[in-house]
Amino acid sequence: MSLSALSMALYSAIPQGIIWGIMALGVYLSFRLLNIADMSCEGTFASGAAISAILMVNHGFNPYLTLIFSILIGFIGGMITGIMHTKFKIPAILAGILTQLGLYSINLHIMGASNVPLLRIDTVFNTFAALTGLDNTTSTIIVGLGFAMIVVALIYAFFGTEIGSAIRATGCNPSMAKAQGIDTDNMIIIGLGLSNALIALSGALVSQSQGYADVKIGQGAIVIGLAAIIIGEVLLSAVFKRGNFVAKFSFVFLGSIFYRIIVSLVLQMGLNTDDLKLFSAILVMIALATPAYLEHQRTRSAYNASLKGDHHA
Amino acid sequence: MLRIEHLSKTFNGHTINERKALNDINLTLNDGDFVTVIGGNGAGKSTLLNMIAGVYPMDSGKIILDDIDISLMPQSKRARYIGRVFQDPMMGTAADMQIEENLALARRRGSKRGLAWEVSEAERQQYRQLLRSLDLHLEDRLTQQVGLLSGGQRQALTLLMATLIKPSLLLLDEHTAALDPKTAAKVLELTESLVKTHHLTTLMITHNMKDAIRLGNRLIMMHEGRIIFEADGPTKSNLTVEALLEKFESASGQQLSNDRMLLV
Repeated sequence: MSLSALSMALYSAIPQGIIWGIMALGVYLSFRLLNIADMSCEGTFASGAAISAILMVNHGFNPYLTLIFSILIGFIGGMITGIMHTKFKIPAILAGILTQLGLYSINLHIMGASNVPLLRIDTVFNTFAALTGLDNTTSTIIVGLGFAMIVVALIYAFFGTEIGSAIRATGCNPSMAKAQGIDTDNMIIIGLGLSNALIALSGALVSQSQGYADVKIGQGAIVIGLAAIIIGEVLLSAVFKRGNFVAKFSFVFLGSIFYRIIVSLVLQMGLNTDDLKLFSAILVMIALATPAYLEHQRTRSAYNASLKGDHHA
Repeated sequence: MLRIEHLSKTFNGHTINERKALNDINLTLNDGDFVTVIGGNGAGKSTLLNMIAGVYPMDSGKIILDDIDISLMPQSKRARYIGRVFQDPMMGTAADMQIEENLALARRRGSKRGLAWEVSEAERQQYRQLLRSLDLHLEDRLTQQVGLLSGGQRQALTLLMATLIKPSLLLLDEHTAALDPKTAAKVLELTESLVKTHHLTTLMITHNMKDAIRLGNRLIMMHEGRIIFEADGPTKSNLTVEALLEKFESASGQQLSNDRMLLV
């Protein structure tokens, strides 16, 4: 493979990493702050894409305006999962799968087809490219970064408020939260709503950047999100001992970009695109399994060291 | 004032594991009462506190706190009136959050939470002062994560949080049991001083018979979901560990068995 082809592949991985990073940040909110592996994201991601595409194509909406509807539909989807989980005690994973499954049909209804191409449609990216004369990749990077920065700033500010902090307490220690008068059910519902609002926003941006919305666009989203989170955390721990939330959120984006770079590298190296999902699954499995494995090794080696220690002699 | 009337609770009803945890409990605490609770394993002490706090729904009876019937009130709503410290030091604080954030969460117990900033500068000053009074050198560590604190420091912080907004009732569930004796003594001392300064109505479970006699103005002994012995005033302060053991044997027809019970 030529060096220029490689650098092109790497360069185009960056905008994808940024706009998928908003989805990863959404997964971060549910997975890390609320301790819930929320499967609804695969549905809400596609919902965000679907509603944005159909509003632009069939109703001539401004591409930026459609994002508000994407955020709303994502928020509602997340709340439904939250209500199933908290009020009706359905296990979180199952609640997410139910939402995701239901949304599949709803997304088909929204789009009226399984795929909506955005032919000659103004998107937030191509309007910026036309305005500035920049190429597509560069304008996607700039617009994507703009969205990323706004999202990080807003989410960071939100988690510094009374409600935001109550949501964090709920994820960190539910018994403490309840003892401090926090309605943990409502906090989980709001938290999952927020998480899926970001995921749907990301879905809309991804569909606008790739030029179509598809009912399967969100497939594997949670794994991609987890991969980004874990890669970001590894990078973060290499740079800071303990990052604040701005650093943590920013490194989710960095993780997402790195994930895209890894993917484009293995594809350049000849991995079949059909095997990409298997590759991602194995990558995340290894990353999630590593802490437990290291802990096991540590305990064993500490025990072995104690056997050799002279205090037994 | 806390009034508990005919409170009963059975776990795993109609199964082979059925267990009557509380059996027709009647108890009244007047304002400022500091009641210590002792009893063997499975006597229902913790269940009693959990029922008052609303952790589990009750089977029958009534719990009335300051003339409000809280029997059916969800736990998060009751928290407005009730301060709690748990046995496990990990349970009362949020480990991943800062000391000041934990205090700020406690300061909003019972009030509506909105989109205002969680910690204001004025609050920070107040927290610094309160922490200084603990004498644990936490006043300069406001932005440190609570997970970095020792068990004793966390229990002291939890106590502060439970009393930051004056509760109508303070529930202490063996809150020094997981601490080493020296730290436990310090946390107990803090408990006494907080209860005294704020004139708090308090229910404290302890496995230490001496503490149960020494602290508070009333003592209750539980066995198999019932209150089998009560003492207050001079009768209580004149109790001895031996006398308590005797009371237990005569009231229950059994030896007091609790592997963690401290008799000395």
